[in-house]
Amino acid sequence: MSDRMAAPILDIASLSVAYRGAAGWTPVVRGIDVRLEAGRTLVLLGESGSGKSVTLRSIVGLLRDEGARVEGEVRVGARNVTTMSDPELRQLRGGRVGFIFQEPMTALDPVFRIGDQIAETIVRHRGTTWKCAMGMAKELFELVQIPSAARRLSAYPNELSGGLRQRAMIAMAMSCEPELLLADEPTTALDATVQIQVLLLLREIQKERGTSMVFVTHDLGVAAEIADDVAVMYAGQIVEHGSADQVLLTPRHPYTQALTRCVVRGSYRDAALGELGGAPPDLGRLPAGCSFAPRCVRRADECLLAAPEPCEVAPSHIVACLRAADMAATPTGEFQES
Amino acid sequence: MLFYAVRRLLYAIPIGIGVTFIVFSLVHIAPGDPISALLPNEATQEMVEQARREYGLDQPLLVQYATWLGHAARGDLGTSIGSGRPVASEVAGAVGNTVILAISAGLVACILGFLLGIVAGLWRDRPVDHIVSLITISGVSIPHYWLAILLVIVFSVDLNWLPPLGIGPDSSGGWRPDWPHLSHLILPTIATAAIPMAVIARTLRASVVDVLDQDFVTTLRAKGLLPRRVLWHVIRNALPTALAVMGLQLGNMLGGSVLVETVFAWPGTGFLLASAIFQRDLPLLQGTMLVLSMFFVLLNLIVDLVQSWTDPRIRRA
Repeated sequence: MSDRMAAPILDIASLSVAYRGAAGWTPVVRGIDVRLEAGRTLVLLGESGSGKSVTLRSIVGLLRDEGARVEGEVRVGARNVTTMSDPELRQLRGGRVGFIFQEPMTALDPVFRIGDQIAETIVRHRGTTWKCAMGMAKELFELVQIPSAARRLSAYPNELSGGLRQRAMIAMAMSCEPELLLADEPTTALDATVQIQVLLLLREIQKERGTSMVFVTHDLGVAAEIADDVAVMYAGQIVEHGSADQVLLTPRHPYTQALTRCVVRGSYRDAALGELGGAPPDLGRLPAGCSFAPRCVRRADECLLAAPEPCEVAPSHIVACLRAADMAATPTGEFQES
Repeated sequence: MLFYAVRRLLYAIPIGIGVTFIVFSLVHIAPGDPISALLPNEATQEMVEQARREYGLDQPLLVQYATWLGHAARGDLGTSIGSGRPVASEVAGAVGNTVILAISAGLVACILGFLLGIVAGLWRDRPVDHIVSLITISGVSIPHYWLAILLVIVFSVDLNWLPPLGIGPDSSGGWRPDWPHLSHLILPTIATAAIPMAVIARTLRASVVDVLDQDFVTTLRAKGLLPRRVLWHVIRNALPTALAVMGLQLGNMLGGSVLVETVFAWPGTGFLLASAIFQRDLPLLQGTMLVLSMFFVLLNLIVDLVQSWTDPRIRRA
């Protein structure tokens, strides 16, 4: 137990991912470092195409099946995922690492009963009998607060609402008591009210079981709700990394600052909402200097020349910006309240 | 499920009645007078009139239809003008022979088509997929009567391995699965199975490719399931489509192929239909068509029920 506390549950070191496109390899993730200590929740925050979902998938080696080129190292516990054999990966997936997908509509097999889909995971990883696994599935349904669990277990996915399906998905991901839970925008496809319920449930289970979690989202409100640590991704790189308070309340990277200004907050109805001009760069043709420089309001000339190295602006608060030192922390308001 | 089954069963009733009407009208709309085929050329007008009365052809069409439907409902399909035997027994004999051929060809088509389709879908764009494509494109492109003639030329005429014609020795005990009968079955089976096999394989490949692209397959992999379990999920998802196309293909084969049965002189429904048409044997034609179309109504019913049983989403539709 003690060495698990010492070693991070997740350690990603200079991970790069590229996909083969029409004109050679297109980088999607460009040299990121992430460490997550056991029991904590890291939120990967970013726009679509920033590489956050790809990073998440790389943790269980799912990119291998997609023909992507992966460089760098991903360690779960003490084990290197990038060098694992296929059978070892299959042990890891669903066993030590649970995965929750964005679309509960399409992420469950439509022709299998929900209960069977959970039970098959349990049988696979825990080697129990089918009957025993169904019993455990029922307990899991109670854990994720699905009413009339027994009846819902024998339902098909199309017979459940989106919220219930996502709860079933959480039950499935938690079924083998994973040390690490990976959640890919699990609330994005849900109604706003259901979003909050699912989010609270996820946080509750995670705290109760001491599971570590990596949570991908583009929603700052969701991030504020669930994160211990936040890593902001832009164009395949982490531009700012720190505790939730550091990143969301006192952001030091101009991109994070711009994002936090784009959120509707509190009750001032007529206040102007910030906006972020321009669009994310084409990953196939990245600018020479800082990727964010073309859109940055605080751009200096040197930003266009050299890519910034990550530097620590406060304990464990890392920012990749040449002007990070000049970016006096500008308070952005009461995020935790929103 | 039960509700769906009952509802679907009730739908079959108006369809069946509609089909009987269409069969009846089609035969009467079609040109050609059965009486003139029956009577010698020098027959007088009175003889023709009398024959028309005997066969009920002088009645209004709707009355003829009602009479015919009433008899048909009691299993009486009339008497064949050509052979003078009851249509029902002629059709029953032919149906039996066609069923034998259809089951044999159906098994071959379904098993081969299923395997080829799954393999091609799993290894999409790999060499094995291209080989399967070659087989299936040939299968759907080559006319089956041409294939039938080719088979006869190669295996009966040149090699003299297999008999070219008929169903086998005409023993009183009927068809038996012994070598004299089975040897007659092989060539017609190949000729009949070629197209359905290719259609099943192509449909199944498309279906497997489609299933593999769906999000839930990633979920299955993210759960760490073994490849064979993932395969089972893929097959279960492709199954409704596979069953539908298999059912329809089997149905087509059970309907009998006029061309293949004619080439091999296989005394099935296709052969019977062809001779009824050539002899202008109206009762026989009507009876055969009625039995065949009723059979297709039944078949579609079965396919729908089986599909709803394998795919829960259909039940609520």
